[in-house]
Amino acid sequence: MAKGLPRQKPITGVKQVIVVASGKGGVGKSTTAVNLALALMANDSSKSVGLLDADVYGPSIPKLMNLKGNPELSDNNLMIPLTNYGVPCMSMGFLVDDAAPIVWRGLMVMSAMEKLLRQVDWGSLDYLVIDMPPGTGDVQLSITQNIPVAGAVIVSTPQDIALLDARRGAEMFKKVNVPILGLVQNMSVFHCPKCQHQTHIFGSDGARQLAHTLGEEFLGDVPLHLNIRESSDRGQPVVVSCPQSPEAQAYRQVASAVERRLKEVNT
Amino acid sequence: MFPRAGDGNLSQVRHVVLILSGKGGVGKSTITTQLALALTHAGNKVGILDTDLCGPSIPRMLSVGRPDVHQCDSGWVPVYTDSRKNLALMSIGFLLADPDEAVVWRGPKKTALIGQFVSDVAWGELDVLLVDTPPGTSDEHLAILENLKKHRVDGAVLVTTPQAVSTGDVRREITFCKKTGVRVLGVIENMSGFVCPHCSECSNIFSKGGGEELAKLTGSVFLGCVPLDPQLSSSIEEGKDFAELFPDSTTFSAISSISHTILNSLQTT
Repeated sequence: MAKGLPRQKPITGVKQVIVVASGKGGVGKSTTAVNLALALMANDSSKSVGLLDADVYGPSIPKLMNLKGNPELSDNNLMIPLTNYGVPCMSMGFLVDDAAPIVWRGLMVMSAMEKLLRQVDWGSLDYLVIDMPPGTGDVQLSITQNIPVAGAVIVSTPQDIALLDARRGAEMFKKVNVPILGLVQNMSVFHCPKCQHQTHIFGSDGARQLAHTLGEEFLGDVPLHLNIRESSDRGQPVVVSCPQSPEAQAYRQVASAVERRLKEVNT
Repeated sequence: MFPRAGDGNLSQVRHVVLILSGKGGVGKSTITTQLALALTHAGNKVGILDTDLCGPSIPRMLSVGRPDVHQCDSGWVPVYTDSRKNLALMSIGFLLADPDEAVVWRGPKKTALIGQFVSDVAWGELDVLLVDTPPGTSDEHLAILENLKKHRVDGAVLVTTPQAVSTGDVRREITFCKKTGVRVLGVIENMSGFVCPHCSECSNIFSKGGGEELAKLTGSVFLGCVPLDPQLSSSIEEGKDFAELFPDSTTFSAISSISHTILNSLQTT
């Protein structure tokens, strides 16, 4: 048994790990992680980006990336990620049945995380985007203790109840010395498709203000647009299905800000 | 229906209902508080146990601030929302010294606290105890069920939003209920449609019908739709009683009707 905390060891072949987290559930971490990964590649086609779904209990990546099936094993017994839109992906969703609940205590989750991190044949990646589950518990601790994380993107909706948890999420990353790249304000405003009237369904600007209060960067706004949900449900993320749309542009702007921040925090 | 003999602090609690989802951010806490308020307005005594240790939303939504939690002979005294004591609450939010403190605990510690929450809160006499849960199917959920094994869980209400990424997770949660012998009282489809306040056009931002389909697919009762209502979001935000402020809204009548259906199915077992 190792004494003390596990030592951080980088994932073979992966240059930088970006975690997409929030603290609060349902603010759009997975949607943001998927579109961020695709936007990083859209901004610079020479970059290779992978996607790891660390939400063991509610793995959304398979649905969002339109991927299904059990991963095959490589010659050295590593799981081969499933790829779509040029992004190799790994998720618990590929290893279990659609309807099966994953009822695991913390210890089993830690062990599963270890496998998803270390026993996948990622090849050579510039970025590995990790979609985190909600909360501030076992998964977050396991990941940050086991691998060096280049930076964390915190997603929140504008409402107070989400910001409270986003604040806790930010504090958690500070506790474990992971640099915070900044905050993304998701579902910022809704434009009625009929009359274009703007409604701030979940409040306005809360995440931008929180970024300011915490002294963190504000990475961008993503509007609440039917297109994002419709394309997500079809497994065709908006960045690839409607690259000229304002929603896709919003994600590309976030991706540019993320790359800029990665350079800033890692020098 | 029958008093729970020898159950200690839960002996005078008539019904225990879990509010589950599997998916985060679908509105479990919002629905829990709104159901609780609808039930109290209908004359019931209600308790809410907030078992989301990482993101306790209940205290904020009911605007109870940060009161001290007192001990009595039988354990912790719950926090009441007003002097009439019709709505009792317990949450980790009341026990933290700093409200912004992040609770970064691994499973075993969470399990231990939830055990205490279930057995050591002096609820007194309640018609319904609603248990608000975090997303997922992990330590917290197992801890709740194990600790409630000695008592009785009357059933679970599943909350989902209509879109595919949500219903997928909630489907897993329904399977969890079946495997653990928890009766599924029904499925609520939350954030079901948004009516533009300007032109009244209804936009299905998070899709529509997914909750009803899920109920059919899993052989569960469909309890109803609750629309995406900015007035509800802002009441929650400000910790105000939505039921009192907007009793004539379609949202409130949806919630009220759902609470009646749930109460009826609890009383007919």
